[in-house]
Amino acid sequence: MQKLVLTEEQQMLKDAAQGLFSDQAPVSQLRKLRDEKDPLGYVPEFWNQAVELGLAGTLIPEAYGGSEFGHVGMGQVMEEGGRTLAASPLFASGVLGACALMLAGHGSQKDILKDIAAGTHLMALAIDETGRHQPARVATKAEAQGDGFVLNGNKTFVVDGHIANTLIVSARTSGGERDEQGITLFLVDANAEGVSVERTIFPDGRNYAKVELQNVAVGADAVLGPKDQGYESLQKVLDIGNAHLAAELLGLSSEAFERTVAYMKERKQFGVYISSFQALQHRAAHMWSELEQVKSMVLKALMALDASDDQASLLVSAAKAKASQVAELVTNEGVQLHGGMGMTDEFDIGLFMKRARPVQLLLGDFRYHADRVATLKGF
Amino acid sequence: MTDLDTFRQETRAWLEENCPQSMRSPFGSEKEVCWGGRNFKFYSEDQRLWLERMAEKGWTAPDWPTEYGGGGLSRAEHKILLEEMARIQARPPLNSFGIWMIGPAILKFGSEALKQQHLPPIVRGEIRWCQGYSEPGAGSDLAGLQTKAEDRGDHFIVNGQKIWTSYADRADWMFALVRTNPDVKKQEGISLVLFDMETPGVSTRPIKLISGESPFCETFLDDVRVEKDQVVGEVDKGWTIAKYLLTHERSMIGNMGSTAAGQKTLPQLAASAVGLQDGKLADTMLRAEVASWTIDSIGYELTAERARDEAKAGQGVGNVSAMLKYAGTELNKRRYELLVAAYGSEGLIWEGDSRPAGALPQQWLRTKGNSIEGGTSEVQLNIIAKNILGLG
Repeated sequence: MQKLVLTEEQQMLKDAAQGLFSDQAPVSQLRKLRDEKDPLGYVPEFWNQAVELGLAGTLIPEAYGGSEFGHVGMGQVMEEGGRTLAASPLFASGVLGACALMLAGHGSQKDILKDIAAGTHLMALAIDETGRHQPARVATKAEAQGDGFVLNGNKTFVVDGHIANTLIVSARTSGGERDEQGITLFLVDANAEGVSVERTIFPDGRNYAKVELQNVAVGADAVLGPKDQGYESLQKVLDIGNAHLAAELLGLSSEAFERTVAYMKERKQFGVYISSFQALQHRAAHMWSELEQVKSMVLKALMALDASDDQASLLVSAAKAKASQVAELVTNEGVQLHGGMGMTDEFDIGLFMKRARPVQLLLGDFRYHADRVATLKGF
Repeated sequence: MTDLDTFRQETRAWLEENCPQSMRSPFGSEKEVCWGGRNFKFYSEDQRLWLERMAEKGWTAPDWPTEYGGGGLSRAEHKILLEEMARIQARPPLNSFGIWMIGPAILKFGSEALKQQHLPPIVRGEIRWCQGYSEPGAGSDLAGLQTKAEDRGDHFIVNGQKIWTSYADRADWMFALVRTNPDVKKQEGISLVLFDMETPGVSTRPIKLISGESPFCETFLDDVRVEKDQVVGEVDKGWTIAKYLLTHERSMIGNMGSTAAGQKTLPQLAASAVGLQDGKLADTMLRAEVASWTIDSIGYELTAERARDEAKAGQGVGNVSAMLKYAGTELNKRRYELLVAAYGSEGLIWEGDSRPAGALPQQWLRTKGNSIEGGTSEVQLNIIAKNILGLG
C-alpha cells in the first residue's frame, strides 16, 4: 500500500508553489483586487508566473504541454494557494476544465488542453442551477436542431464564469428534472450569441457568475462525452474538483489556525498572554487535532484519485465533508480568538472565513458529502 | 522468491498445522480471552494448547529478542505474522500487560539480570502483571504520587496506596511508581520498582464501576519489602520510563477508535437495529449522525496510518500519540452513544433473558472510562497545547 507521505518530487512542487504564492500572490494581493473591484479578478502577471512554473498544466498529459504530475501534486499547489487566498484561474481551468476534457473529450476537443496548460484559454464549469449543489437537478434544456442543439436555461455559482473563454454546461437531452440519465455536457463558447454572463460578487472577493443561455445554438461537435450519459463523467470531474477544494480548505484552515495561535502568543490581557489560559489552549489543541485528521484525509483522497482506487469517491466525499466542517470551526474560532480585532476588515483573519464558506459550498458542502458517504457505504 | 515470501509460506503452513480450529474466530466473550498467570484457568484445552505452541515459537512477543524467549522477528516479518493470523482469524494467544507494557520497558531500560528474570515468563504467559501508577491523590497529576519507598540498604520498604490497578486481584507481579526522594522536584524523585503480589503487606480490593464490572482495583501497600535489584533503570530516574510507558499506553487505548477486524461496523449495527428504507437508514437524523461519525472514523484511521508512515520515514511531529488517544477515545464514546440510540430501549436492557443488544449497556458505560484512563482527554489537550503548539 502506498505510504501516506509525500515523495521528494511532490514536496519540491509544494515548496515551489509555496514560494510563488507567498512572494507573488500574498493575501494583500487579494485585498487589492477586492478593493479595486478588479474586472479580471486576478493579476495577469502572477498568472503568467504560475503558468511559467507549469502549474496550469500540472494535471495535463505531456503530449498536451502539461507535466502530468498527478492529483497529489496539484493538491499541494491548491493547499499552498489556500494559505495566501491566491486568486487565479487555476482551479476552474487547470482542474475542472482540464479534467473534464481529459475524461470526456474527443480528439479536437482535447486540443484545448494545450492552451489551458499555456494559460491562454480559460474554462468554467456551469452546472449548478440552485443555491445548493445538486448536480443531477438539471432543468437547462438542450433540444436537437439540425445537426446540433439549442440550449436554454440558467446556471449559477459558475467559478470564473465572467472571464472564461469556454463554458462546460450540463443540459438535459432527455429524462425528468432530477434524473441522472439524460444529462449531456456541452462545450459552449462564452461569446456565442444568446450567452449572457453576469458577474456576482461574493464575500471572498472572488469570481462567480450567473450564466443565462437563451437559444444558444451549438454544433454536434460541442457534445462533451456521450449524449445522455454525461452524469458519469461529471461525477468523476466533481470528485476531482472536491478533492482539490478540500486541499484548498486544508491550506486556508491551517493558515487561519497558525495565525490565531500566533495572535494568542502576542495578545496580553489581565497582564498575561492569552495563550496562558487553559480554556483557550484546549480549543486550539482540539483544532490542531481536527486539522491533522483533515490532512490525512485530503492526502489519501488525492492518492486514491491518482491510483484510480475504487474507494476514491468515498474518500473524496469524506475528505471534503471533514475539510468543510473543520474550516468552519477554525475560521469561526479564528475570528473569536482574535476578539474585536477579528471583526475588523484591517485584520486578515476575517478574509479566511469569507473565503472558506464559498469553497465549502462549492460542489457540495458537509451535508451533501456526508449524505454521499452514507449512500456509498450502503446506509 | 525472497526471504520474506519464504517466511510467509512457512508461517502460513505452521499456523495451519498448529492453530486449533476453535481459536480461529473472534472472541465470543471476555472469558475466552487468555491473560495467563499463575492462577489462570483456561476455558478450553485448545486455548491452553494455542498459548503453549505460540509461546514455544516466541510469537506471543514476536519482536522481542530470542535470547529472552521472544520471536526475534524483524518489523516486516512481524507484519507478515499478523497478516497470516488475520487471514485465518486466529485469536491473539495472550493478552498481557507484560508484553504490552513492562516488557518493552525492561527491554529498553532494565538490567541484564532483570531481562533474564522477567521476560521469559512473560512470553510464556506464566506471570501476569499489573500497573501501579495512579493514587487516590495522584490522577492527572501523576508525578504528585506519594507512595514512599524508604532505603534500607539492600532493599526498600514501600508504604502507600495505588488505585485503578487493572486486574490487580488476578495479577502475579506489579510494576509500580514510588517516591524514593521526597526532597527534590517531584519528577526527579520517582523510581519504577517490581514486586511479587504475594509479598507480605500487599492487598487488593476490586472497585465496582458504573458498568457493574470490576476490571480495576485499589491496592494497599503496607511495609512491602522490595529488593533493590528490582528497580528498573536508575533510582530516582523512573519518571522518564513512566513517560515512555504512558506514551505506549496512550497509543494502545487510542486504538479503540478502530473497529477491530471481524467486528460489525456502526453503520451495519445501526442498519440491523432500525432497518433500511429505500437503501437508507430508516431514521434520517440518526443516519446523519452515523454518517458524521463514519467520516470522523475514516479520518482517525487514516491519521493513525499517516502517523505510522511518517514515523517510518522519519518525518512528522512527535506527541501524535496524545492526539490519537484524544481522537480515538472520543470517537469510541460516540460510537457507543449512537449504538444505544440505534437500539433504543432494547439497547438498555441491563439484565434479562431477552437482550437484543447483548451486553451493550455495560459496554457503553465502560467506554466512558476511555477518555479518563491513560491520561484524560484534558491532559492530552494540555500535552498538545504545550508540547506541539507552544502555548503557555
